[in-house]
Amino acid sequence: MNKPVEPRQPVDHLRRPSQEESWGYDRKVIDYIQNAAAHGLYEIRGLGAKRHVPHFDDLVFLAGSASRYPLEGYREKCHTKTVLGTRYAKKPIELDIPITFAGMSFGSLSARVKEALGRAATELGTSTTTGDGGMTREERESSKTLVYQCLPSRYGFNPDDLRKADAIEVVIGQGAKPGGGGMLLGQKVNPRVAGMRTLPQGIDQRSACRHPDWTGPDDLAIKIEELREITDWEKPIYVKIGATRTYNDVKLAVHSGADVVVVDGMQGGTAATQTVFIEHVGIPTLAALRQAVDALEEMDMRGKVQLIVSGGIRTGADVAKALAMGADAVSIGQGALFAMGCNNDTYFQDGKHWDAREDYARIGTAPGFCHHCHTGKCPVGITTQDEMLELRLDPMVGARHLKNYFKTMNMELTTVARACGKSNVHHLEREDLVALTIEAAAMARVPLAGTQWIPGVNGF
Amino acid sequence: MDGVNATDRRRVFDLSTARVRDLNQFLHHELPGSGVEQVEVQHPGGRHAIAVGINHPVNVEVKGHGGYYLAGMNKLASVTVHGNVGWGVAENMMSGTVRVKGFASESAGATGHGGTLIIEGDASLRCGISMKGIDIVVGGDIGNYSAFMAQAGHLLVCGDAGHALGDSLYEAVIYVRGRIKSLGADAQEEEMTDADRAKVAELLARAGFGYQPSEFKRVASAKKLYHWNADANQEY
Repeated sequence: MNKPVEPRQPVDHLRRPSQEESWGYDRKVIDYIQNAAAHGLYEIRGLGAKRHVPHFDDLVFLAGSASRYPLEGYREKCHTKTVLGTRYAKKPIELDIPITFAGMSFGSLSARVKEALGRAATELGTSTTTGDGGMTREERESSKTLVYQCLPSRYGFNPDDLRKADAIEVVIGQGAKPGGGGMLLGQKVNPRVAGMRTLPQGIDQRSACRHPDWTGPDDLAIKIEELREITDWEKPIYVKIGATRTYNDVKLAVHSGADVVVVDGMQGGTAATQTVFIEHVGIPTLAALRQAVDALEEMDMRGKVQLIVSGGIRTGADVAKALAMGADAVSIGQGALFAMGCNNDTYFQDGKHWDAREDYARIGTAPGFCHHCHTGKCPVGITTQDEMLELRLDPMVGARHLKNYFKTMNMELTTVARACGKSNVHHLEREDLVALTIEAAAMARVPLAGTQWIPGVNGF
Repeated sequence: MDGVNATDRRRVFDLSTARVRDLNQFLHHELPGSGVEQVEVQHPGGRHAIAVGINHPVNVEVKGHGGYYLAGMNKLASVTVHGNVGWGVAENMMSGTVRVKGFASESAGATGHGGTLIIEGDASLRCGISMKGIDIVVGGDIGNYSAFMAQAGHLLVCGDAGHALGDSLYEAVIYVRGRIKSLGADAQEEEMTDADRAKVAELLARAGFGYQPSEFKRVASAKKLYHWNADANQEY
């Protein structure tokens, strides 16, 4: 028979520290409120949206099997040649791969980084793009194919560089901040940057959000006509939009006479803008891409006006899915920075690796979490104008890493394309894709995996 | 096409028959080294992008009204319009002179880096927006939001200025002879110095206007928006 025991003292729950975090007021929100209370100014930061949104990861490919056959991975050719600007330009852009470098300014990036991007692009047979701040000698000399942006600020914009460009990109908006202008904090406005932008040194520079000499699409059509007249109708003209009302905006860009439309989704990066913009304005790349393709198909412009998509394109799988959805090419910004060592815990200088962790700590962050491009104190020497810090990125090393990264993505792209039975990556099609989530199925308008169901399309 | 009354030093383009593209291609490619010093554009008919992207010293006379972006991105050339012009006349001009005998629509001289733009009549909204070193002289009035975010150069107005003049100004300086409806954020009226009076006299002489420098007031940036300030309100 069991013996009776003394009752144990009940655990005092009230004395245990509470671990219940509020959903509405979690540590992130409390930190935001207290930061706002302390400073009276919104947070400004670099890179793109950090929140989870439906993305290309939510799609998978249906490769060949019994119903259709795949191609041999190593023996059968899979073409990646990409031609952009065939609508009106006398000299369309011909690229070896459908992966390009997105517009990033000299100012946000050092001249050495711009050179690395140009060298890599040239070796890869792809294009690179200027940014809000004009064309540097370094990038023009190193880039075989250079796209020259025409932005609202028109910093450093001039007819000589326009004539030197291989294509012109009229930037209406950017995925990280559709409806907003650029920012460059004073610590990055050094004498060369200030000179190119015709601004006083060290000021906190705000770019305009609207173009100074046109407003609506009818005016844009005339602006494009002027740019074509100045450049003798030779160069393709791209129109870049930040993804919001993408369906309408793409139609208007086509109406305005664009040769190429660039759609930048909300995951796209920036060198500096308000966090509220980055996280809360614009729509995901996946949703925008489908809207853009719908607009082109309705106008019977698929293949006549090319579509470049950007904003969170990271891997060969992302590229393949973007192409299958209907893009002709993709553009990569943040991925290129990471390839060069952004958020790495070391940098490579004078033949040695150096520990950068203390420098990250000094600006209040750590490798893997850094979005401090706006400070100009990039611990790995990429998003800086500091003459000592910028030496941490050797243009040759940066170019090599970029080349490896893009080559890897291109190999992944052709691997997937061959598995789907395509001898040309541009033959990938929507029918090759299914979605893993209802949200992605609804946005991309492809069936939920294992079903015929496309939310909002077939029945319900 | 071209060729009416053409001599070695003078070429005529009649846009009632020739295309704007023919005119511009001539100005870009055939003009340099041709010895042509004078190009006359007849019957411009309000067409857009007339005489854009010139990169050579030449006198262009436009005999009538022009559309948008007349003489856009001009370098070295001297362009005179005997009529009115649409939006963005001499936009992003680098050097040379553009003179409009009539009125100019919106965004005249926008983002201009250099050279002189003279408008003998009035200029509409956003005259001199984002100007980056150009000198603009307006004989009449200018519309609202003129010299918005103007970075460098001078805007001289012999008549009145509209609302929000010089909003978010950087280093550009504005001189106004008449009334200013209102100043934009961070723009302020400042005292005229001897240097200002000399500059005004020089601009008036360039334009051929007979006013006195003492009649003008100076508007420039208060420079309070040059840096973000945690304590500042965010009204700009």
